[in-house]
Amino acid sequence: MKFRRRDLGEVKAELQMTSMIDIVFLLLIFFIVTFKVSAQEGDFNVKMPLAAAGGGPPPDTSKLPLKLRVHAGPDGQLGEIVLNDNLSFGTDFKRLRQHVLQLVGDSAGPIKEEGPEVEIDADFNLRYVHLIEAITAVTGYRQGNDVIRLIDRIKFSPPRK
Amino acid sequence: MRLQKKHPQISAEADLTPMIDMTFLLIAFFTVLINFSQSEQHDKVVLPVSELAKPTDQPLKFPIIVHLTSSGTVVVGGAESAIEAIRTRLAPELDVLKLKKKTAKDANVVIRAHQSVATGRVQDLISRCQEMGLEKFALRVKEDL
Repeated sequence: MKFRRRDLGEVKAELQMTSMIDIVFLLLIFFIVTFKVSAQEGDFNVKMPLAAAGGGPPPDTSKLPLKLRVHAGPDGQLGEIVLNDNLSFGTDFKRLRQHVLQLVGDSAGPIKEEGPEVEIDADFNLRYVHLIEAITAVTGYRQGNDVIRLIDRIKFSPPRK
Repeated sequence: MRLQKKHPQISAEADLTPMIDMTFLLIAFFTVLINFSQSEQHDKVVLPVSELAKPTDQPLKFPIIVHLTSSGTVVVGGAESAIEAIRTRLAPELDVLKLKKKTAKDANVVIRAHQSVATGRVQDLISRCQEMGLEKFALRVKEDL
């Protein structure tokens, strides 16, 4: 009895995957190792031209000038926040923001050149993070994913030594 | 005639397709998210956080990045020096601006100060930059995660 061989001349079309997988894993490991979750960064813009040749401060064009005094405690911690020399907020930036919100109301907006301006006068040894907190409190607040702007113009008093 | 029963051959090959799919997906994910902007960062500087930190829609024009470390030194273009020497550090940057036919007023000084540095040092840095004609400053902060 004669049997016919069935698997005569069948060629397997297999690709050689090993080297490709090697490279792919190498790439994957490279990306995992170099991956770094970094927080988004943003800027607070401060425009401070040098005082005029006469030595006086630059002219104040603001309709609502505010002066924010930030006192430092020992070790540079936040001491006290005083607005316009007479209104103390202790160390509560939320109250300051509420007050600025009432003051500014709807006047903050597109007219940036004449809009409200805040001059920040901070103690020399105050930690920078508290200055940023103060700027954050007067500049605006976050509502959901949007940022509501209150005061866009910020300047600094000369440093206290 | 007695025929021997053929045993079915069990293939020892794993199906690699889903694994390769996933691997390529991961590679694509990491490739998209890789951050090449680390040249602006400095390991000695930890930025203060602010809830208002949001990347601007348009990048700043003619930026000059100045790092201010917690010890009060400044780093411009990778070189660290005292604040008093900022003038010599900024001079080459201003020369580059001149070549582009721009003045110091067009430049944006991006101040990346450490969160615990004294505010007076930041103000000192700003006033020294002002003396060189620079007038636009950006205080950089990071997002409150």
